[in-house]
Amino acid sequence: MQWFLANLEQVLNLTGYHLIQAVVPLVLSVLIAIPLAQLARLNKVAGGIILSLGSLLYTIPSLALFVILPSILGTKILDFSNIIVALTIYAVALLVRSTLDALNSVDDTIRQAATAMGYKPLQRFLGVDLPLSIPVLFAGLRVISVSNISLVTVGSLLGIPSLGFFFTDGLQRNFPTEIVVGIVGTLVLALLMDVVLVLVQKLLTPWLRTAKPMPALASDLHTAAVEA
Amino acid sequence: MIVVTAALPATKYTGTDPFSQGWEWLSDPLNWQGPLGIPTRLVEHLGYSALTLLVSLAIAIPLGLYVGHTGRGRGSVIALAGMLRALPTLGVMTLFALIATSSLSLMPAIWALVLLAVPPILTATYAAIAAVDRGLVDAARSMGMTERQILFGVEVPNGLTVMLGGFRSAVLQVISTVAVVAFISLGGLGRYIIDGLAVQDYGQVLGGAVVIAALAIALDGLLALVQRAVLSPGLKEAKTVPDQPVAAQEPTISQATAGLTGEKS
Repeated sequence: MQWFLANLEQVLNLTGYHLIQAVVPLVLSVLIAIPLAQLARLNKVAGGIILSLGSLLYTIPSLALFVILPSILGTKILDFSNIIVALTIYAVALLVRSTLDALNSVDDTIRQAATAMGYKPLQRFLGVDLPLSIPVLFAGLRVISVSNISLVTVGSLLGIPSLGFFFTDGLQRNFPTEIVVGIVGTLVLALLMDVVLVLVQKLLTPWLRTAKPMPALASDLHTAAVEA
Repeated sequence: MIVVTAALPATKYTGTDPFSQGWEWLSDPLNWQGPLGIPTRLVEHLGYSALTLLVSLAIAIPLGLYVGHTGRGRGSVIALAGMLRALPTLGVMTLFALIATSSLSLMPAIWALVLLAVPPILTATYAAIAAVDRGLVDAARSMGMTERQILFGVEVPNGLTVMLGGFRSAVLQVISTVAVVAFISLGGLGRYIIDGLAVQDYGQVLGGAVVIAALAIALDGLLALVQRAVLSPGLKEAKTVPDQPVAAQEPTISQATAGLTGEKS
């Protein structure tokens, strides 16, 4: 605790770097995954390619991808962008799948009703399909957020600053306290991000606040599957 | 604390960009032989992974089956798995390595990896058993099957694909994260990345990364095939019947996501 207070400034600095590397991929992945999922839904061939490419990229271990990317992107090995691109790739791979499940789970009669009320296709997608997919989408985002926070620490092996610095530095200095501070910091960050995501989801789905959410079984099963 | 291990004789590169250097490193026959060569590191990598998975299975499967079958302790298992997921494995590994009495022993790293592998296996096992149609379970019970027969004769075969999905994502995470144990002076394929970074030999870094990625992709593909092969014959038939109600649809929802889930490592 004393060490923590004495080094508070460094802890906060590294937390800032850590947050940037974890949050930017989360935002980017939403922007990329939603159009890809809609494309996959409308076109079976494109869908097959997107999903297989996604699971292939997702399979590449993070440490390997972190060091392969600089040669592809032409970045320096110490650039934040390597971590951000790598985590965005993983997040998109996971999110396309859950967004696709979410869009497929929207009741067709609802779509037909929207069309009958005069919704244009894009309008209907943004105003009907997408909002109804939010609970499943956010289930995916919460899984990604937790894993991003933990993956960012691996970048410290390359010398990229994050709370993971306390692990490498603590090991080299033979100083467990520092490592514990790093672990606790990472856990707190993951927890806070989760709370923020839950709050944002509540804000975005006001219609779920009063009534019981959807058929419980389907959403439960999906959450269980996503979490598993 | 950091022990400098013997390194391979440095490959003499003719190319200057990382790609051609990586290729030269991979095609250098000297890197494919001896106690520091790729085959030895590969065996080490697989050995650490197998040991981790054995310990994890021994913990997670019985616990998951128990919770899934009885429904007892459901909340605490989910909370525990969620908490373990958020743990940064690199941090746990360095901490265990520091606390351990002997600095070069293997087990601290293995225990850190076990903490990583238990959640996906545990939650998948639990979810697989709990998602089996209650009507099936009740039917089995009314036919006079004992609880043990219900668990192993009805619930496990029905949930096997989902269970294997959890195992598959655990394998992937462990194979990925074993690359990190090189940082605490152990072997495995991660050595090439860590050693290469230390001396700025990016050909070695890239070559090592490619070998690790290839290993992960190959193993994942293999497990996907196994997952398909072990589906109980009864369930395969059920799928071809048209108008199959909820029972047939449930597993497909889970299967769709089972291959690509859980925490990345």
